[in-house]
Amino acid sequence: MPHRARTSGPCIEASSSNNIVWNRETAGTELMAADISPKRPFRWHIAIFLAPAVLVYTAIMILPLAGTLQLSLFRNIEQHQVFVGLDNFRTLFGDPNWSVNFWNALRNNVWFFIIHMLVQNPIGVMLAALLSSPRLRFAAFYRTAIFVPTILSFVIVGFAWKLILSPLWGVAPHMMDLIGLKSLFTPWLGKEQYALTALSLISVWQFVGIPMMLIYAALLSIPEEVIEAAECDGITGMSQFWKIKLPLILPSIGIISILTFVGNFNAFDLIYTAQGALAGPNYSTDILGTFLYRAFFGFQLQVGDPNMGAAIATMMFLIILGGVCVYLFLVQTRLRRYQF
Amino acid sequence: MTTKLLTALLLGTSILGSAGLAHAEDVTLNIESWRGDDLAIWKDKLIPAFEAKNPGIKVVFAPSAPTEYDAALGAKLAAGSAGDLITCRPFDKSLELYKKGNLADLSALPGMENFSPVAKSAWQTDDGKASFCVPMASVIHGFIYNKDAFDKLGIKVPTTRDEFFAALDKIKADGTYIPMAMGTKDLWEAATMGYQNIGPNYWKGEDGRAALIKGTQKLTDKDWVAPYEELAKWKPYLGDGFEAQTYPDSQNLFTLGRAAIYPAGSWEIGLFNTQAQFKMGAFPPPVEKAGDTCYISDHTDIGMGLNAASKHADAAKTFLSWVASPDFATIYANALPGFFSLNSSPVKMADPLAQEFVSWRGKCKSTIRSTYQILSRGTPNLENETWVESANVINGTDTPEAAAKKLQTGLDSWYKPGK
Repeated sequence: MPHRARTSGPCIEASSSNNIVWNRETAGTELMAADISPKRPFRWHIAIFLAPAVLVYTAIMILPLAGTLQLSLFRNIEQHQVFVGLDNFRTLFGDPNWSVNFWNALRNNVWFFIIHMLVQNPIGVMLAALLSSPRLRFAAFYRTAIFVPTILSFVIVGFAWKLILSPLWGVAPHMMDLIGLKSLFTPWLGKEQYALTALSLISVWQFVGIPMMLIYAALLSIPEEVIEAAECDGITGMSQFWKIKLPLILPSIGIISILTFVGNFNAFDLIYTAQGALAGPNYSTDILGTFLYRAFFGFQLQVGDPNMGAAIATMMFLIILGGVCVYLFLVQTRLRRYQF
Repeated sequence: MTTKLLTALLLGTSILGSAGLAHAEDVTLNIESWRGDDLAIWKDKLIPAFEAKNPGIKVVFAPSAPTEYDAALGAKLAAGSAGDLITCRPFDKSLELYKKGNLADLSALPGMENFSPVAKSAWQTDDGKASFCVPMASVIHGFIYNKDAFDKLGIKVPTTRDEFFAALDKIKADGTYIPMAMGTKDLWEAATMGYQNIGPNYWKGEDGRAALIKGTQKLTDKDWVAPYEELAKWKPYLGDGFEAQTYPDSQNLFTLGRAAIYPAGSWEIGLFNTQAQFKMGAFPPPVEKAGDTCYISDHTDIGMGLNAASKHADAAKTFLSWVASPDFATIYANALPGFFSLNSSPVKMADPLAQEFVSWRGKCKSTIRSTYQILSRGTPNLENETWVESANVINGTDTPEAAAKKLQTGLDSWYKPGK
């Protein structure tokens, strides 16, 4: 049990814990010191220790990525790969047969992300706050129960929810019937206007455990002294959460946001298992992952086009890269970090 | 204990190993297939029948999952580890393999004369000069109905569209049964069991299909929009929440006896025979007026070709000639009711439902699905778009005209007929 040890008495001065982790000045002097010092032998052990990670990462991440980028610049003409420059991207954005689908997928993906940010992360924070309350009983049980869906396979989740929401044999219509809300039931997964939101919420249900666990860990790492100092100053209950805890866990929320962003724009499995590769009805649940899948591998009579697929994959990479950069340079640098 | 076990295992492998050696002169042929469901039939019926006649040739049926088949086969062919015999998807997927040199030309194979040109069309070059797969089976579309329900409600088997809708109305008014078991969630049901099922009667089978390929007809023509108009009329007869009803849901609805009519493909027969507790019958897609020529979708579905890189090409050809023979057709068609042999010599089948389906070949004209040959080569893919639009029409999100227009615009963007 991760109980916080009470090491010090109440109301200890807490101001000393406001140290910023990354101290530019110290880092600077260290660098300068390295420049001035006499020539040192090349430190081989650094290269050797880094080598396994670098090699493995290069082989399974960097090479395939470079391969994808390269593939997107070629086109298969008469069974030969011919370099065509940015032609594939021109097709992707210029040809309405591709661009309409691309923008539709991107729009859907953004909506998918918005739902996660608006529902999954706030609920995750709330659950973590509840779990970290010392008065809560069976906290370990709740924590496990909420986290379990995260480790389930997408196939199971997709299939289970398809059954739950099935108008024919699902429990959802029956349970809604029991509380007299049968009239509100519609075949959500089959309606253009609801399907994507329904799937987003299923994904939220599956993954809400991740933000919960991360925030929970962050909340546990807030030292007792800070809380006690707050209590000494009369800040308790909700205002303690808003004024003391939330600012302290903001960096974790930032990390969760970026994880959600990357995860959502790479998503594919749930849509594929629940709606199929055509992401029906009428492409209303098509996201970049399913669009990429259809283009790259083909579907039914559609023959796969790895080059166009790679072009879409490249766009996904750029979108995610852009998002992560925005976060790193605009958000991360402004977050204040505290060390205790 | 462990040492003993290990010794036993080692002994076992050495015995097995030498057993393999004893038959080293035998040629072993591997069959690549996506029909995992047929494993038992191949192992217990087809392969023994062949091996009994051709000593010295061993055949192994090695299927992979349907959704992985094409990708896995492509990878195996590229790596040179694919089996000697390759089960062929119809049309472009196999044509592509042939063009890449993965499939051998089988035009001169003894036994190919047993098949009609329509049967061979799925595995030929566009000019029809080279054939590269032996046609194995086709599937026929129609409607399977719950005979008990029809008897109870006093409904006669409909032959015209008016009778068909009158029957649906009667079933709906009675309320015991869902008139028609079909959903739009999986999209392809709407296109394959809906549009391609009833369509040939409107576009006059092969005539319309050929005209579409030639470019003399368009999908926006009356004959091609009319099936969508009929599909749009199906909506009130489908079950509650059909928008989220999947293909297995539809199958279950029907086999549990909760629905009266099932727009079907003949491949359902095997499953339905084992699951349904009531009597079933089948009728072809109803025509407009009694006495009109009827057209059915008799879609070429499975063939078998020869891996051009096979080390045992001669043995494999012997096997393929046997696949082209009436012997094979008889065993196959009876083992798999609903997959009809394409062999020109008539095959005797024991299953009454399968007999009913195949009897339509005598009175109706056969055609294949309109979108399969040539027309689904580009982007957007006509077949996939037909799935989406057929579901849209039934869901009511697109009018028949709008759906047809979308399809034709998509087709026009890459298909220039007459070239």
